[in-house]
Amino acid sequence: MTGFEEVAGAVLVAGAQIVTVAVGGLLLVGVMRKVRSRLEGRIGPPVRQPLLDLRKLFTKQRMRPEEASWVFVAAPVVLVATAMVVVAISPLATTRPPLGQSADFFAIVFVLLLGSVSLALGALDTGTPFGGMGSSRAMTIGALAEPALLVAILAMSIPAHTSNLPVLVHMGLAHPQMIASPERILALGSFVVIILAESGRLPVDNPNTHLELTMIHEAMVLEYAGPDLGLVTLGESMRLTLLLGLLVNLLVPWGVADRSGAVSFVIGLGALAGKVALAGIAIATFEVFSGKLRLFRVPELLAGGFVLAMLGAVTAMVVR
Amino acid sequence: MTAGSSLTDHLLIERPRRAVLKLAADELVDAAAALLAAGYRLALVAAHDSHGPLRIVYLFCIGPPDQRVELHVEVRRDQPRIPSLAHLSFPAGRFEREMRDLFGIEPVGHPQPRPLVLHQHWASDWHPMRSDAGPQPPMIDDAKPYPFVNVEGPGIYEIPVGPVHAGLIEPGHFRFWVVGETIVKMKARLWFAHKGIERLFEGRDRESATALAERISGDSAVSHSLAHCLAVEEACGIEVPPRVSELRAVLLELERVYNHVADVGALCNDAGFGLANAHALTLREQLLRLNEAVTGHRLLRGGITPGRAALRSLPRTDQLREIGDRFHRIVDLARSNSIVMDRFTGTAVLTAMQAEEIGVLGVVARASGLVTDARMSHPFIDPSIDFRPARCDTGDVLARFLVRCDEVDASLGLLSDYVSREGPLAASVSDRNAEGAGYGTGIVEGWRGTVVHRVEIDGNGTLQRVKIVDPSFLTWPALPVALADTIVPDFPLVNKSFNLSYAGNDL
Repeated sequence: MTGFEEVAGAVLVAGAQIVTVAVGGLLLVGVMRKVRSRLEGRIGPPVRQPLLDLRKLFTKQRMRPEEASWVFVAAPVVLVATAMVVVAISPLATTRPPLGQSADFFAIVFVLLLGSVSLALGALDTGTPFGGMGSSRAMTIGALAEPALLVAILAMSIPAHTSNLPVLVHMGLAHPQMIASPERILALGSFVVIILAESGRLPVDNPNTHLELTMIHEAMVLEYAGPDLGLVTLGESMRLTLLLGLLVNLLVPWGVADRSGAVSFVIGLGALAGKVALAGIAIATFEVFSGKLRLFRVPELLAGGFVLAMLGAVTAMVVR
Repeated sequence: MTAGSSLTDHLLIERPRRAVLKLAADELVDAAAALLAAGYRLALVAAHDSHGPLRIVYLFCIGPPDQRVELHVEVRRDQPRIPSLAHLSFPAGRFEREMRDLFGIEPVGHPQPRPLVLHQHWASDWHPMRSDAGPQPPMIDDAKPYPFVNVEGPGIYEIPVGPVHAGLIEPGHFRFWVVGETIVKMKARLWFAHKGIERLFEGRDRESATALAERISGDSAVSHSLAHCLAVEEACGIEVPPRVSELRAVLLELERVYNHVADVGALCNDAGFGLANAHALTLREQLLRLNEAVTGHRLLRGGITPGRAALRSLPRTDQLREIGDRFHRIVDLARSNSIVMDRFTGTAVLTAMQAEEIGVLGVVARASGLVTDARMSHPFIDPSIDFRPARCDTGDVLARFLVRCDEVDASLGLLSDYVSREGPLAASVSDRNAEGAGYGTGIVEGWRGTVVHRVEIDGNGTLQRVKIVDPSFLTWPALPVALADTIVPDFPLVNKSFNLSYAGNDL
């Protein structure tokens, strides 16, 4: 294989993963809404509604608060850009993503965090009380969720002797007994809690509320409109899909392409879509029967996540 | 006159349960103090301007047995001053501030001599309820922010919300001062929806006035139109036959049920539990269709007119039982959700003492352990089943939720009683056009709380003055009190648990 073909192949893989996650992420949001609606006895909007909404947002006039500086403008772009970078190099459809050797789990977490922080800064930038309120809450939750996430990664990395994500997924395929190990189960349990918190789902945040005082994520993006809001929506759905994709590939890696080749890559994309859809349906079903925790109880939930991760890490070290 | 015993000597007993006392302004405080000490509640204060001296009526009531005492005071037009009762009763202070804005009557010695109804942009010397007020002068926009108390301290953060909100809510401006997420102080500014509805009643005939009363607050069509009709009937000396009262009671309880069902669902929704809300909304729709079958209008309009009640059909007992069963399943669903119960429990406690002093009414009062229900104290019909108002002692969101649940059960019980009584679907007094001049009061326990109307009618059957007191007017001040030490993200839940009317308050 020539160098050019290699680069072209890598670009194709990255592009395919990004497009799948971008389009699939919006459909995932649609599926989750549909599941919720049906379980509550409502019909609900069509699954493709988030796609239509996004098209509508991008055709709208650009409206920005007078006080907004470049931080406000840059935040949605940074959010989408970081999500795209991470999606491109993550082992979503194949264990050999482009630049896979640099897809370190810790690095990925921090790149994603860059997006969260820029959104929080964008919310603060306009000086409206809701933006500040949302940012403060989101950062509090982030500050509690990140340590748990880092320890969870540690727990998964110890037995594999690496925190490189493609390798972690590949080892799951090669040695399935590693997935069933207690440290991996504990760490993934913690990961689920963190995904719910980071993506603003129940019981941490209510994505459907119109009550501005209870909002966390929605309060941050209250000042965004039109194409800017479209970018925020896109970025958020990509992040949710990415996190769920990593979760399912660490839990049930089967279907992920473990060798190069167009056919296995396409199968990998299909498997990813199926597994993430199932995970999304599971979350939506859970949300129907859940409620929103009192804000001051959220730290307790995240502490629970941290304990799970910690137990996983300790188990991993003791078992060695 | 200094003591309660001598007060009764001065009373002019006009009719059973109604007494009137005409006083000079300087006798007012003692008389009011005596009545309040005897356990009376100040239900209404209404000023009147018919070109002569200004007349102010204080309505005190107590029950059971149903007793209403009116104090009448006249003040000179060029010196509109009355001694303030604010130090005796908090509700009196609210009424006086309202009167100060709308009539320009100065309550002397009021601790908060600030505008209440008219915001800063209104001309301060223009009093819209005066007979010689003339057209409204233009608003004076001084481009300054609304004056508000300044709360300062390390880490205090101010959050202004509204009057335009993110959802379909009526206008109200709330200002929070918080440390972190904990509310240090909250102030509500209402009256953005002030329509001058009391003025709209003046000069109307009885029929069109009832239609207007139904529209004071959309969700309280029956409560307000019934209170209005009771007041008109007392003013004109009309005695309605028992069947009229039975049919009216059916409507009153139907209104309570459909609103409480919606509130129970909405409370769950604000705790993030959309499942219970979806089911509650389905049940509400079923109830609205029942309302339409009963009156021809989904919000129960058109069934009540002075001296008359006319329905299209009555709910069947098996329908009521099915509604009760479905409602119980929703309540069980909510109560079995530990997250929802955790959100409700201990949130925004309004103690019995606070509730008593502020003079709150209805669901909120009963959830704080007060015994107040106009269906007991001022009944217009005797239920044949044993009726006791629901009560809860804890005063938190959970208590207000549970009181609503219990009231739905009680209302369904009352409805079964009323619909099982034999009689025609329409009934009225024999001479509906009986004309009498005078004044009367109507007191009704609406679904939010006690609604009070007082009307004055002239010999032609034309309304001269209508004073409306929605329970929200007296209960709104309790919301900031209950919020102390609550966290900001719980405010929407607390507000929903009070669920006070903006339209009924702003008038």
